[in-house]
Amino acid sequence: MSAATRIPVVERPSTGSGTVNERDETRTPTLFRFATAGSVDDGKSTLVGRLLHDSKAILADQLEQVARTSAERGFSHGAFDFALLTDGLRAEREQGITIDVAYRYFSTGSRSFILADCPGHVQYTRNMVTGATTADAVIVLVDGRKGVLEQTRRHLAVVALLRVPHVIVAVNKIDLVGFSQEAFDAVASQAGAVAADLGIDDLHVLPVSALEGDNIVEPSDRTPWYDGPALLELLETLPAADVSRYDPSSPVDDRATDAEPLRLPVQLVLRPQGGLSPEVAADPAESERLRDYRAVAGRISSGTVRVGDRVEIFPSGIATTVTGIRSAGVEVDAAVAPQSVSLEFADDLDTARGALVVAAGTLPAGRRDVDAELFQLDARALTPGGRVLVKHGTTTVQAIVAQIESRYDLDTLTHEPAQTLQTNDIGRVRLRLAADLPLEPYSTSRHGGSFLVIHPSDGATLAAGIALA
Amino acid sequence: MIREVVAEFERPVLLFSGGKDSVVVLHLAAKAFAPGKVPFPVLHVDTGHNFPEVIAFRDETVERLGIRLEVARVQDYIDDGRLSERADGTRNPLQTLPLLDAIAAGRHDAVFGGARRDEDKARAKERIISLRDEFGQWDPRNQRPELWSLYNGRHTPGQHVRAFPISNWTELDVWSYIERESIPLPPLYFAHEREVYARDGMWRPVGPFSPPRADEAVEVRTVRYRTVGDMSCTGAVESDAADLAAIVAEVAVSTLTERGATRADDRLSEAAMEDRKKDGYF
Repeated sequence: MSAATRIPVVERPSTGSGTVNERDETRTPTLFRFATAGSVDDGKSTLVGRLLHDSKAILADQLEQVARTSAERGFSHGAFDFALLTDGLRAEREQGITIDVAYRYFSTGSRSFILADCPGHVQYTRNMVTGATTADAVIVLVDGRKGVLEQTRRHLAVVALLRVPHVIVAVNKIDLVGFSQEAFDAVASQAGAVAADLGIDDLHVLPVSALEGDNIVEPSDRTPWYDGPALLELLETLPAADVSRYDPSSPVDDRATDAEPLRLPVQLVLRPQGGLSPEVAADPAESERLRDYRAVAGRISSGTVRVGDRVEIFPSGIATTVTGIRSAGVEVDAAVAPQSVSLEFADDLDTARGALVVAAGTLPAGRRDVDAELFQLDARALTPGGRVLVKHGTTTVQAIVAQIESRYDLDTLTHEPAQTLQTNDIGRVRLRLAADLPLEPYSTSRHGGSFLVIHPSDGATLAAGIALA
Repeated sequence: MIREVVAEFERPVLLFSGGKDSVVVLHLAAKAFAPGKVPFPVLHVDTGHNFPEVIAFRDETVERLGIRLEVARVQDYIDDGRLSERADGTRNPLQTLPLLDAIAAGRHDAVFGGARRDEDKARAKERIISLRDEFGQWDPRNQRPELWSLYNGRHTPGQHVRAFPISNWTELDVWSYIERESIPLPPLYFAHEREVYARDGMWRPVGPFSPPRADEAVEVRTVRYRTVGDMSCTGAVESDAADLAAIVAEVAVSTLTERGATRADDRLSEAAMEDRKKDGYF
């Protein structure tokens, strides 16, 4: 949908061997996930194209394909329609719109990035929610000539509700307002006021021109009054909320300690019923030692676990001691979120899929009645009395929509009485669950407080839910 | 994620071609269930045009891990007329029907694959857990939203899911991981001398299924493969990268995508992959 976007092709030096070495170790420590959101004409495709192009993430054959299709569409010679890079479906290219979230991958010397490009105009809530639930940061684009629009407020409201750790407002088309500090300051103060209303703590506002490249990769000398980082530098330096803590090569104690207590939703119990792997079976001592191997497997959603730790199991509340940990197939002394592990316990407990292993003394209360904010994503409306399934962690339980309390009006940022939730609505709902779930407030735990609402017969994801306090 | 699928589905299977991506997924599965065996079989869709080295590698790997191998043969379908050979000789698009039949015959409700989102822009739209209807079709415009790390794999009888554990890896990530873990691979991936001829801007191997035309000169070059697929449509690149460290260095500075560099079938049109995926391809 972008207008003929002429991106001057800048020759950049080859990435060289330094990059290789830095990426050599492992991808996870430097992984950063972010999403982009904006209205139709804010220049989002151009921004994404610019970031990918200037970080050399677009390879020659992709660029050639885009150039060829751009030329066929009547773009002037050498001009690229960068939306063609992310619009992976024929229907998207034909209609010139982006239907679905697209993922792009690029890296710089210091980080690997996963970019979720969220279309702004079709099913914006659905796409924004999808992009924002896994993002370390969201970039909301604002047209510097138009300032903060309704759509901007909506995007920021969704980002605030989902507690995305870092919010970046990119005031784009700064070239079209003559690189004016006054124009930028006006938009920045509007954005700051909305963010303050919404309770967004970590807001970064910067002036950019995606088309001309100002403040995208390098600080621009045409905005001397702006002394903050360029966009890419910001993305390279913002703390990654979750995954970056995990570096298998460093001992657990050296990592940033996790303030949250251990939480490990049990995926399944490992008992090598199909037999030990041939490698283990070939070693008589090992196969004797591991004959009665029994461990609970799952991905640590928060905290740290060490051999010797006392833990408790939800829902039984029984306590035991961790006697062994395996991560990536090998025995280790400790593991940290978000590693996938298998834990052996001192006692033979009745633990199955759906149980939650927690640090001793931190057992959450089970909840049957849950007040939650729901993001209605399905085309069907949610109505009181409706029967649904709720998936939380590794458990799925039946539930009834006990009451729909209110709908969040994204234009006024207030809750208003409502009887149903329609597609793209956000609203407060009380759910009655068929079994206790260890739901924790989303405000204190993104993992412990998030769940899916699922249609009981066709299995569609109806809504995304976050538990309130 | 591999454990999640094993916990939630009755009869998973892993698509295993002997290519690097499926090798990595199998390696991850072996780790996920250690010290036990991988608790599901692997399925190979055999186009009949495979590199013999890859078939040998496939059989060794299955033997080493002690897992069961299922094979669906495109040749059987051609022999009895259910499929007919294409004019261009490539058998890649012909894999879909044998694949879907094998999934139905094995009553597999979850199918692991090594596809990555960075390979192709239609694959960039793919979910990590992706629903297929009873005809194996992908409906890209009606996909379930992917929220947090909560995967929704609910399905009705006849439907199945495709599960892509390395969706978010790039080609460089795959190579870096193979190097770090010293994972065995078919020898084709490493630089070797081979009789090749130039076609469509790539080096095509001389072999029984891909003979050169009269005007195409055969020469011996030092090449390696970046992808391993059907011999009739997979090309090699000139390279002297003979070990994993050299390959990682080469991939890091490559200016072509692996599919653009080596797959004739993906050059057919901008939507070649999307069309095959909608029909049930992986």
